[in-house]
Amino acid sequence: MKFSEQWLRELVNPAIDSDALVAQITMAGLEVDEVVPVAGKFSGVVVGEILSAEPHPNADKLQVCKVSDGHEEFQVVCGAPNARAGLKTSFAKVGAVLPGDFKIKKAKLRQVESFGMLCAEDELGLSEDHGGIMELAADAPVGHCLRDYLGLNDQIVDVDLTPNRGDCLSITGLAREVGVLNKAKVRFVDAEPVEARIKDAFPVEVEDKAGCPRYVGRVIRGIDAGVQSPLWMVEKLRRAGIRSIDPVVDVTNYVMIELGQPMHAFDLNQLHGNIVVRPAGAREKLTLLDGQEVELTEGTLLIADEKGPLAMAGVMGGEHSGVTAETRDIFLESAFFAPLAIAGRARSYGLHTDSSHRFERGVDWQLQRKAIERATALLLEIVGGQPGPVTEVKSAEHLPAAATVRLRHARVNQLLAFEMPAIEIEEILERLGMRLSQVETGVWDVAVPSYRFDIDIEVDLIEELARVYGYNNLPVKTPTAELPFTPHQESRVETRQMRRHLIALGYQEAITYSFIEAGLQKQFDDQYEGVALANPISAEMAVMRTSLWPGLAKALQYNQNRQQDRVRLFETGQRFLTQDAELVQENVIAGLIAGSREPEGWTTGKAQKVDFYDLKGHVESLLSLGGAAEQFSFRAASHGALHPGQSAAIERDGKVIGYMGALHPSLVKSLDLDAPVFLFEISLEEVARGRLPRFSELSKFPESRRDLALIVDEKIAFEDLRQVAQKEGGEYLKSVRLFDVYQGQGIEAGRKSLAVGLTWQHPSRTLNDEEINGTIQAVVAALKSEFGATLRE
Amino acid sequence: MENIESLLTQGIEAVEQATSTQDLDQVRVQYLGKKGHLTQLLKGLGQLSAEERPQAGARINEAKQALQAQLNIRKDALESEALNAKLAAETIDVTLPGRGQELGGLHPVTKTLERIEAFFAGIGYSVAEGPEIEDDYHNFEALNIPEHHPARAMHDTFYFNANTLLRTHTSPVQIRTMEEQKPPVRIICPGRVYRCDYDQTHSPMFHQVEGLLVDKNISFADLKGTLEQFLREFFEEDVKVRFRPSYFPFTEPSIEVDIDRGDGKPEGVRIRRYRPGRVHRLRLRHGRRAPGHAALRRQ
Repeated sequence: MKFSEQWLRELVNPAIDSDALVAQITMAGLEVDEVVPVAGKFSGVVVGEILSAEPHPNADKLQVCKVSDGHEEFQVVCGAPNARAGLKTSFAKVGAVLPGDFKIKKAKLRQVESFGMLCAEDELGLSEDHGGIMELAADAPVGHCLRDYLGLNDQIVDVDLTPNRGDCLSITGLAREVGVLNKAKVRFVDAEPVEARIKDAFPVEVEDKAGCPRYVGRVIRGIDAGVQSPLWMVEKLRRAGIRSIDPVVDVTNYVMIELGQPMHAFDLNQLHGNIVVRPAGAREKLTLLDGQEVELTEGTLLIADEKGPLAMAGVMGGEHSGVTAETRDIFLESAFFAPLAIAGRARSYGLHTDSSHRFERGVDWQLQRKAIERATALLLEIVGGQPGPVTEVKSAEHLPAAATVRLRHARVNQLLAFEMPAIEIEEILERLGMRLSQVETGVWDVAVPSYRFDIDIEVDLIEELARVYGYNNLPVKTPTAELPFTPHQESRVETRQMRRHLIALGYQEAITYSFIEAGLQKQFDDQYEGVALANPISAEMAVMRTSLWPGLAKALQYNQNRQQDRVRLFETGQRFLTQDAELVQENVIAGLIAGSREPEGWTTGKAQKVDFYDLKGHVESLLSLGGAAEQFSFRAASHGALHPGQSAAIERDGKVIGYMGALHPSLVKSLDLDAPVFLFEISLEEVARGRLPRFSELSKFPESRRDLALIVDEKIAFEDLRQVAQKEGGEYLKSVRLFDVYQGQGIEAGRKSLAVGLTWQHPSRTLNDEEINGTIQAVVAALKSEFGATLRE
Repeated sequence: MENIESLLTQGIEAVEQATSTQDLDQVRVQYLGKKGHLTQLLKGLGQLSAEERPQAGARINEAKQALQAQLNIRKDALESEALNAKLAAETIDVTLPGRGQELGGLHPVTKTLERIEAFFAGIGYSVAEGPEIEDDYHNFEALNIPEHHPARAMHDTFYFNANTLLRTHTSPVQIRTMEEQKPPVRIICPGRVYRCDYDQTHSPMFHQVEGLLVDKNISFADLKGTLEQFLREFFEEDVKVRFRPSYFPFTEPSIEVDIDRGDGKPEGVRIRRYRPGRVHRLRLRHGRRAPGHAALRRQ
C-alpha cells in the first residue's frame, strides 16, 4: 500500500524523521518497499495565471502567453496545446531551478522573448505525465509557491503488507501502528453521524447472509457531481496511487484509504425495485466499470436489483449503475463482505482491485457505519445534497465474533525466553487496542478489537508482544537438547558418496529442469507418458520428466555447441512415472559420457572415443560401492532411447533397476549431437542399498591359475559362458577373468576367441595339479556341450 | 720376496687404471685369483726356510689385503659412477602434465546444500525428503493456507489438476515427518521446489532448505541463536544479522532475517533473505498442536 507521509503525520506525528519512521515500521513487520519523493527537487515555481494566449508569429505549434504571478505580467512562449487564457498553472520564473539542476533563464524562441516556463507534471518530477502544462484549480492562489500550495515536501511510502495485516491497509491503521511503536497519541478521524434531512431510503435485501453479514446504505439526493474534487483530496489520493475520477468516486476511495472501508456509490436512478445481495445464478452477465463484460460464475456474490446484476460484491461496480457527472441522486453502499465470499473471486476473473484486496484480507466488521457517516460528511462538503437516513441490514449470527483470547504470562516468558514484566505486557497490548481483564495472577483474558481478525490464539498475542518489543531486543540462546545419535546405516551408500565417486571419474554434476518439452520426453521414452502441467510456463517446460536423460542430453548439446567435446555429466533427482494409473516418484542417478576417453594430452596420442565399456566400467564401480556388486547383472535389452545393439538392462534379483547404452542414432541426429554418446540411469535406492561387510579369512595357500583360449560363436554372451565356467569350476574357483577378445585372422568368420584366466585357491591347503586339471577338463567339457566352445590351438 | 712390493705397486696401479667393474675384476683375478701373482707368491713360501716363512707369509697377506682394500674402494667408486650415469640417462621432465583423468565437480547448489546439511547434522538434525509432486493438503491446507488464502497468490503454483501440484516449498516434508514421527523432531528438508515465475532473477525451479525442531522447552531465543550461528558459520564471517517480523501462515512468530555483509561497496550492503519462523497450528494426526518451532527457507 502506498501512502503520503504527510497524511500519516496529520494523524500521528512522532518526533522522528522520515528515515527513522520508515526503518521503524519495517522492523515492526510492515516492510517498506520504497520511499519516493512526491516531487522532484525544484525551486522558484509559483502558481501562475495565463491572462492571454496568442499564436506565435513564427511557429505553428507555439503560443505566446501573458502570465501573471499576482504582481507582474510576464511574456512566456509555450508549446503546450492546453495553454489558454484563464488557466492557472505552474510557472517557473526566470531564476527557477527545475529537477536535474535545470536553470530557467530569459530566452528567445523564434525571435520572441520568453521569461520563464510553464510546466507539465513530468517537468517537476510529479509524474510521468507530459500531456500538457499542469491544470491547477480555479481557486489556486496566484503567486503562491507551488511546493507549499501542493504540499510537495512529502514522500510516498510504499509498504508491502503481509496478508495477515489487512488492518494496516488504511492511514488510520498505519497511524495506529505508528502510535503503538512510538507511544504517541493518534488523532483518529471523527465521523459524527450526519443527520438525515430527507426520509428517502432504498430497500435492501440480503439473501446471502453469510457472505454479507452487514450492509449499510444511504440515499443522498440533489448532489452536483459536476464539481471538482478539492485539491487536498486529489493530492492525497494521488500519493496513495489512486487517480481522481469524479468527486463521488473520489470520496469513496478517500474513505477507503483513510479508514480502510471499501465503498461503492450507485446512481440511484439506475436502481430498480430493491437491492438484493445474492449469489450469481447460471449465465448471468455484468458489464464492469472498466468496460469489460464478464459472464459470472455461479455463486459469485452479487449486488443486484430487480433487473439483474449491478456489481460484483466487494470487487468492482457495474458500468451501468455507476455515478456520472450527470448523477443527481446516489445510493451509498458500505458493507461487510466475509473474506471467504470474496477470496479468490477477483483472481478467478483476472481482476485485482483495491476493494477485493481489502475484503479478501478482512475489513473491520464494525467500521461500516462510521465509514458511511464519514463519506456523507465529505460528500455534503464537496457535492452538496440531502442525506437520507442510514439503513442497515445485519445478520448478527454471521458477523465475526469478538475474539477473547487467554494469555498466560508463563507462556510468554517460556516462548520468548525472558521475563517480560506484566506491566509491559499490559501496556503493549492495550496500545494495540486490546482490552485486558485479569483472570488470576499471570493470566489475562484479552478482548481483541474487531480490526485484528488475525488474532485468535495465544501465540498470536505473543507474536504481537515480540513484534512491538522488537525481535532484535529479545534474547538469543543456543538450543540445549538431548543428543540422540542420528542413524547411520553401514549397509547404505549415501548419495554424497555416489556423487564423489562419479566426480573422481571425471563427471560434472548437472541440475536440469524436472519439466521438459513434451516432444523430447516422447522421443526418449516410449514406455511412460510424462505427467503434463496444467499451467506450464512454456512448451519447453510442460511435462514432468520420466527420465533424466533428456535433460542431460540437452546439456550435452549445449556443451558441444560451445566447443566442449569431452563431456561427462551426472544428475540425481526424481523422475515421475505413471504406473497402473498411480504416480511413482522415483529417485534416480543418471549419467552421460561423450567425446574422448581421456582428456587430450601428450601421453594419449590420437584420442580414442569413449565406448560402451567405458561407461559400463563406471556403472560397475558405482554399483560396487555398496559391496554387493555380484547382485547386479547386465542383460542385452532394448530401450527406446538407446541403440538396439548397444543397450543393456541393469538387473538385480531379476528386476530391472536401470538401463545403459549408446544413445539411439536417430536421437543423436535429431539433437544434432556428436556421437558417440553413452548414458546410464539407475534407481538411486538400488545403488544405495548395499550389504554389511562380512569377515572371511584370507587363504595362506598359493593360488593356481590356468588360462583358456576359447573359440565360440560370436553371438554367445560372455556372461552366459562365465556362469557355466563358474559353476563347473567348483567352490574354490576364485575368479574368472576375461583378458582378451579377438576376431580376425586365424579365427573362422562368425566366431570369436575369448581368453579367460581361471584362478583357484583353497582356504586350508595347496591344490594339486591333478585336482585343477580335472576341474579344468570339466569346465572345458561343459563349455563345449553348452556353447560349442573349442580350445584354440 | 723383493717382488712383493713391486707387485703391490703394479697391482694398485692397475686398480687405479681400471675404468669399469669388468676391468677391475680382471685385475683382481690377475693378482688375487687362484693363479694370481700374489697367490703365486704364497705358493712359493714352501721354498723358504722355516724362519723366513712366517714373516714372508705375513707380508704377502698384508699386500693382498692392501690390494683388496684398493679394489673395494675402486669398485664402489666405479659402481656409483655407473649408477649416476644410469640415473642421469633416466632423467625425465617432471613438469610434463600427468596422465589420465580430470576430476569432475559438484553443482554449486549441491555443494551448498551439503554444507548446510553438514552444519545441521552436527547439531543432531537429520535430513528428510519428500515427493515433489504434492497434493493440495500437504502443500497448503495442512500449512494453514486454505484455498483462496491470500498467501496462495504469493506462491504461483504449478498445477496438474485441482488437487495435485508441484510443491511450492519443502514445508510439506515437515508435515509428512510430523505425521510419522513423535517429538522430539529435528530435521532439515532440502530439495527442489517450483514456482510459476520465470525471468532474469527467477527460476521456476529452485532449491530450498527448511529446518524443523519440535521439542519441549525451546523458545524464540533458540531459533534466533540457531539462525545466527548458522549464518556466521555458513558465511564464515561475523555477518550482521537482523530479525524482522513477518507472516507465514504456518509459523508464529514468523521472522524474516536480513544479513549485512558490509562488502565495502559504497551503496553498501547485500541483503539476503531467509524465511524462518515458528511452526504453529499444525495439527498433527493425533490432533494436537505441534509444540515446535522451525523453518529455514532459502528464497
